[in-house]
Amino acid sequence: MIAPVGTLVTIAWTFALMSLLAIGGANSAIPEMHRIAVDVRQWMTDAQFADMFAISQLSPGPNVLIVTLIGYHVAGIAGGLVATAAMCGPSAVVAYIVSRTLQRSAQSKWPAILQAALVPLSIGLMCASGLILAQTADRTLIAAAITLAAAIVAFATKLNPLWLLAAGGVLGFAGLV
Amino acid sequence: MLMESPSDGSAAPDHLEPPGLIELFLAFAKMSLAGFGGVLVFARRAIVEEHRWMTAEEFNEAFALCHFLPGPNIVNLSVVFGSRFRGIPGSIAAFLGLLGPPAAIVTALAAIYAHYGQIDAMQRTLAGITCAAVGLFLAVIAKMLLPLLKQRDPVALLLLVAVFAAVGLLRLPLPVVLLVSIPISIALTAWVRLRRTA
Repeated sequence: MIAPVGTLVTIAWTFALMSLLAIGGANSAIPEMHRIAVDVRQWMTDAQFADMFAISQLSPGPNVLIVTLIGYHVAGIAGGLVATAAMCGPSAVVAYIVSRTLQRSAQSKWPAILQAALVPLSIGLMCASGLILAQTADRTLIAAAITLAAAIVAFATKLNPLWLLAAGGVLGFAGLV
Repeated sequence: MLMESPSDGSAAPDHLEPPGLIELFLAFAKMSLAGFGGVLVFARRAIVEEHRWMTAEEFNEAFALCHFLPGPNIVNLSVVFGSRFRGIPGSIAAFLGLLGPPAAIVTALAAIYAHYGQIDAMQRTLAGITCAAVGLFLAVIAKMLLPLLKQRDPVALLLLVAVFAAVGLLRLPLPVVLLVSIPISIALTAWVRLRRTA
């Protein structure tokens, strides 16, 4: 599958912008990914977005790789590569420059204030991610119950998350969700 | 954990040889492939305990910086870490090690999903996995939320709720929300802190 260049350009600037807006990490950008992929561009359905979140959690590596799945869905291997590079590249350049600058300059009060100012915003975004994901995934009472049970177990124990994902998969395969 | 000789925090700890480019690539590839449900734990273990490239203190400092910068934290960490030892080539080696191998795996999974994703059994199984994955995600959020709730800082909580409502309930575009909320948050935080120290 050969993707039109226009599509790749759209993917590139969409995720490059998101890269610089994802304060607190890639998970903060999930609402924006959902908004653009499902609502604005209509690249995929709600259910497909939920599937991609599941696959990204299921595979090794940083969680940001959900953008590789979205890019692949839109424009094949090239789409996946472009989305990944666009989501990780710009923020990586910023990180490089900032860490070099901070190493040279004396510590001022401002990084601490900036950090304190951004933490509540990033956690607010994470909460919004949680809500949007729960709304896409939990369409039945049993589905919501599985989510709640997994949340409680993950919060209260140190069980390897893969066991919880596997349990969810078995319950889903059995037709319970 | 912090029993190493105190370092000035600006350079690499002098316990061992600084890693080479191939070593950086391989170390980050390894921690990334081990990292199901988040790479941070494995990164800390590899960098601080296994290779002793940083002290726990230095690692926390580097991660705190990466956490408040935009973009995927762990990717930022790989870049900052790589650059401390080997400059820009080091950053690129760590970046590619962290992202390359898992991205190849995810691409293979994406291809499988594209072919078989519509099969009924696959749909059902994935739906179940999604429910559990969302649960795991909510647990992570709860763990981040608790320390903030304990601080009982009304300004921070108000900002958190406002951003949540704007993005989660009203579904406003992220650029707009950040354009408004970041300046407000910085102004309020600076005002509160400067007043406290004055």
